[in-house]
Amino acid sequence: MSGDDSGAETDREQATAENRSHRFDRLPATAEERRVEGRPTRTEVLDWWAERFGVDPDVFADHTFWERGSGKIWAFAGEAPTPVEIEALGLVFLRTRREHWKPTLEAVQRFGGHATENVIDLSRAEAATFLAGDDQDLDWDGDWGYLVVTNEIAGEREPLGVGLYVHGELRSQVPKGRRRDFRVE
Amino acid sequence: MEVLERYEPLVDDFAAFLTACERPLPSVVRVNTIKATVERAKQALAEEGIAVEPTWHDELLALPEAQPGANWPYVHGWLHGQEEVSAVPAEVLDPEPGDRVWDACAAPGSKTTQLAALMDDSGTVVATDSNLGRISALRSNAERLGVTNVAVTNEDARNHSLKPFDGVEYDHALVDVPCSCEGTVRKNPDTLEEWTLDHVEGIASVQKGILRRAVQATRPGGTVVYSTCTFSPEENEAVLDHVLTTESCELVEFDLPLAHALGVTEWEGASFDPTVAKAKRIYPHHNDTGGFFAAKLTVGEA
Repeated sequence: MSGDDSGAETDREQATAENRSHRFDRLPATAEERRVEGRPTRTEVLDWWAERFGVDPDVFADHTFWERGSGKIWAFAGEAPTPVEIEALGLVFLRTRREHWKPTLEAVQRFGGHATENVIDLSRAEAATFLAGDDQDLDWDGDWGYLVVTNEIAGEREPLGVGLYVHGELRSQVPKGRRRDFRVE
Repeated sequence: MEVLERYEPLVDDFAAFLTACERPLPSVVRVNTIKATVERAKQALAEEGIAVEPTWHDELLALPEAQPGANWPYVHGWLHGQEEVSAVPAEVLDPEPGDRVWDACAAPGSKTTQLAALMDDSGTVVATDSNLGRISALRSNAERLGVTNVAVTNEDARNHSLKPFDGVEYDHALVDVPCSCEGTVRKNPDTLEEWTLDHVEGIASVQKGILRRAVQATRPGGTVVYSTCTFSPEENEAVLDHVLTTESCELVEFDLPLAHALGVTEWEGASFDPTVAKAKRIYPHHNDTGGFFAAKLTVGEA
């Protein structure tokens, strides 16, 4: 199964080659195999993680990628036929079909430890501000856009979530339901 | 507590049992080994001055003075609040990486995510629940813990369909059914106020249907674990007795490093298949935990 999406385009899919919101469709491996307009490919997803964060495509060798809803990509380690109509399939991973693709907090926490680029290390106080959902002024020499935000815990840097860096400011992208206020003052 | 009087003939030290049922339970967390080791989780808790006490299982840490969700290792998805006995059925099922497992009554996902961790987040866990609100909690927990091998379905487990997955049978099934929850009285003292025998009998019929479906959906030679958090034989041994007579399966022995009693073979005039004694009853005074029931079955040729 590892990384092989070649069977993704089934008869069932071709019969209804559109992006229906209640079912999961495995991403085609490459643009040549794409049947649904605008659907990202596995190659594009792997390239994006490699280019944006320096994550080696081998990190995702055991995962397949699926689209449900427009542009919402899920990462799944198990086996399922495509398409499949169920409630959830693995982890919500990436938002595509927009100018700037955006990883989810959960994807960054799970896979962001492999990132080597566009990673911003926060102090504990800065991490607390970020986790509370607040924006903060921070120096950053790298690209603007979505960054992997890390926090030091148990002696090592660990990915905590996604920040958007623009205009000298790190904007917290922590979803409301994941926010906690651990600020000391 | 009057409801519990009916179990006096079953329980070894009934006074100790009642006393234990009145004591609140400490917070316990399970370390999510998909994201962290037990050692690093302990280190992270120690950095925050959170005291930890051991339990029957290395990956379960009691937090006698703290809430499970208000600390940094929790927000990194390293910890999940889960009662000690709630970790029993997945351990008893003991799936291997790469297996295909059905979690028949999955929400809110404590056992689902524990199964995923036991499988190193490989293979497939199909997690079913009949309630969309509870599925939302299941999804949130699975995502917070970074689980990627779970597929969630919304249906009545009694009618679980293999069609979405091209009919592939399971290696294992976990059947942790909805029940009268008497065993959670230490966490939810109101549980017993809503207790009625009618409810017990009604829910027992649902439990039978779910366990039968699990045996049918599991391949010959596969295993099914049945568990509840109730003491009621109507929901425990009687359900096993029913499935033994209606489906191709048998009860098997298993090890459990927690003090326990054996399944009962007689209750209020009824007698059950003698092999139901292979099931295990965990009473609150045995290990200072909640109450629990677990049984392991192997599936025969259909």
